[in-house]
Amino acid sequence: MRVVVAMSGGVDSSVAAALLVEQGHEVVGLSMQLYDQRDGRESFGSCCSLDDLADARRVAAALDFPHYIVNFEEQFQAKVVRNFVDEYAAGRTPIPCVHCNADLKFAHLVERASGLNAGAVATGHYARVLFDEDSRRYQLRRGADGDKDQSYFLFSLTQDQLAHAMFPVGTLTKPEVRRHAERLGLAVADKPDSHEICFIPDGKTGDFVDRHLPEHAEGDIVDSGGAVLGRHRGIHRYTVGQRKGLGVSSAAPLYVLRLEPVDQRVIVGPREELGQTDFRAAQVNWISGTAPSGPIRATARIRHRHTDAPATISPDGLGTVSVRFDTPQLAITPGQAAVFYDGDRVLGGGWIAR
Amino acid sequence: MPKAGCYHGSVRIYLDYNATTPPLPEVIATVGRVMASTFGNPSSVHTFGQQAKGELDHARSAVAALIGAEPSEIVFTAGGTESDNLAIRGAAEALEPAGRKHLVTSGIEHEAVLNTMRALERRGWSVTTLPVDQSGVISPAALEAVIRKDTALVSVMHANNEIGTIQPIAELAAIARAHGAVMHTDAVQSVGKIPVSVKALGVDVLSLAGHKFGGPKGTGALWIRRGVRLSAHLTGGKQERNRRAGTENVPALAGLGAAARAAIETGLTAGLAIAAMRDRFEDSVLRSVAGTAINGDRDRRVPNTSNISFEGIEAESLLIALDLEGVAVSTGSACSSGSLEPSHVLRAMGLSQARGRNSLRFSLGATSTAEELDFVADVLPRLTARLRAIGRAPAAVR
Repeated sequence: MRVVVAMSGGVDSSVAAALLVEQGHEVVGLSMQLYDQRDGRESFGSCCSLDDLADARRVAAALDFPHYIVNFEEQFQAKVVRNFVDEYAAGRTPIPCVHCNADLKFAHLVERASGLNAGAVATGHYARVLFDEDSRRYQLRRGADGDKDQSYFLFSLTQDQLAHAMFPVGTLTKPEVRRHAERLGLAVADKPDSHEICFIPDGKTGDFVDRHLPEHAEGDIVDSGGAVLGRHRGIHRYTVGQRKGLGVSSAAPLYVLRLEPVDQRVIVGPREELGQTDFRAAQVNWISGTAPSGPIRATARIRHRHTDAPATISPDGLGTVSVRFDTPQLAITPGQAAVFYDGDRVLGGGWIAR
Repeated sequence: MPKAGCYHGSVRIYLDYNATTPPLPEVIATVGRVMASTFGNPSSVHTFGQQAKGELDHARSAVAALIGAEPSEIVFTAGGTESDNLAIRGAAEALEPAGRKHLVTSGIEHEAVLNTMRALERRGWSVTTLPVDQSGVISPAALEAVIRKDTALVSVMHANNEIGTIQPIAELAAIARAHGAVMHTDAVQSVGKIPVSVKALGVDVLSLAGHKFGGPKGTGALWIRRGVRLSAHLTGGKQERNRRAGTENVPALAGLGAAARAAIETGLTAGLAIAAMRDRFEDSVLRSVAGTAINGDRDRRVPNTSNISFEGIEAESLLIALDLEGVAVSTGSACSSGSLEPSHVLRAMGLSQARGRNSLRFSLGATSTAEELDFVADVLPRLTARLRAIGRAPAAVR
């Protein structure tokens, strides 16, 4: 089968491509150019920079399969960067990687792949896809490496997208992936993992949003009783759970509890007030394609680095759900995804609403 | 007969001659011979130097003959981009003291010209960009309307790299001359494809590049009419009559000379046959693939170039699909990463952004055959049907 591999130039997607070649697939590598890099205005840290594209090209050359760089600048700007800035402006903390996966890799790239007569699109994600004979449905499961698991970022995939998705490193651990890279002599074997948001390599999210959002209001920092403690330079510079950089002094450490975009207020309080049990999630996607008919018991994960905790999920039939954790969880943050699991299996997920 | 379908070991069809051409056998032989036997520095007084100088002289005569010029008017460069830079920066700087700080170009020039103009604009020159019509042709009246008494330089390409359209250079040059401006033409895409005579064109400065007509990459020339003053921009030794310092790349330039001789002897008569193949190919595609159209002027263009838009199809995808079938074509221009960007040429012609994204360039050359073009015309209906289907229906489950 001809398989299109989305190659970022990192070790995971490189090994994914190599394993598919070894399995006898006809691999075609595609790398997405996401930014105008003509005169080096934007320099990337870890993903999809010119150097990364060159790494992907070298891997393809070493393994002798065709590789192309496709221009997704417009789509990236429209679907990922725009959304990222808008979310911060609205007092939420977005996850651009989910949109990049769902709206670029598994939308435009799948479309390109089918135009190239490819049967599937593979990526270097740590997740697994299984076909369940009983339900005749595709399942999305956590990657075998619990620490690297990226199923959280894939919760919005549909049955049709999963039917055409392959995650060749999903059954491996990161050390195993690096060993494969060394065995195959891939130049990227020792390349460090990427952590930060690829289009903000310096990690200064607030400055990035500032540049893309010429008008942003200042406002008050207040405690949960409404007392004004200080001023801030725009709510997009804050995220729920944040402690550093508030610029207000108090006896006990203060944390951001929530952001109020209408009044441009940042609400802060002590750590005890950060824990919550209840929230709502919107635009929920159920991996099976069908929402449960009533409340279900599951574990819920509220950010990538959160250990999912037992909860009751109650669908309302309109694409939103109410979630009640058994015990309070810290910093439930609007804009992040809530993803629901049954053991290893992703049931679905949605966006945490205010 | 080319074989279809598989990536490894199959015959590949090269239809991207406007990007570059395979070096001619006599070029390869000349480069090898000179590199092996003539290593002297052409500026040296001794016999080694004289031998190297002899190779350069021989090459210079051939390049001059190809464009109807005098050998002493040829400055060797490292390619079309450098030639364009020397022409534009050289003329702009030489005429600045005379108070001429206005430059004129067109919207469909190669980036070597456009970005050099932009660089000068940032440094205080004023730049006027001439519009083109829907078929990509510049009207002399448009130049007449914008040229000024402080115009230093008019730079308009002879043939366009994307659509092949030939510009009315002689008429434009007459206007430039009447206003005392230097007339430059980037003839990188016409030299070697059609007869080019600097006298007939009436220009003052002309750029050409070796690898566009069977010569080595990294070789080019700028023809500068005797008496035209250009400021040097590579300073150093006195090579190339003080216009381009640095020890000459003797083997490669000897190869450029060999390519020029080959073009004089054979290349130009091949044009008619290539045009016939190209036209037959276009007719076949227009017939067999719905929603196709030819971009540019079908009559006034170089014989090898065909730019076709495929309605509803992302050209980038069609290019990749064709490459996976072993067929090499191109779209506008590539950016630094190698991905594609929308064509500024088609945009300047007033075509919609969608049509700009739907257009592919097929450029033929000396090795192209009717069988190859038949093969491409045969696969296009299948590939375009598949690419058009993806927007409409969900992909099949594996």
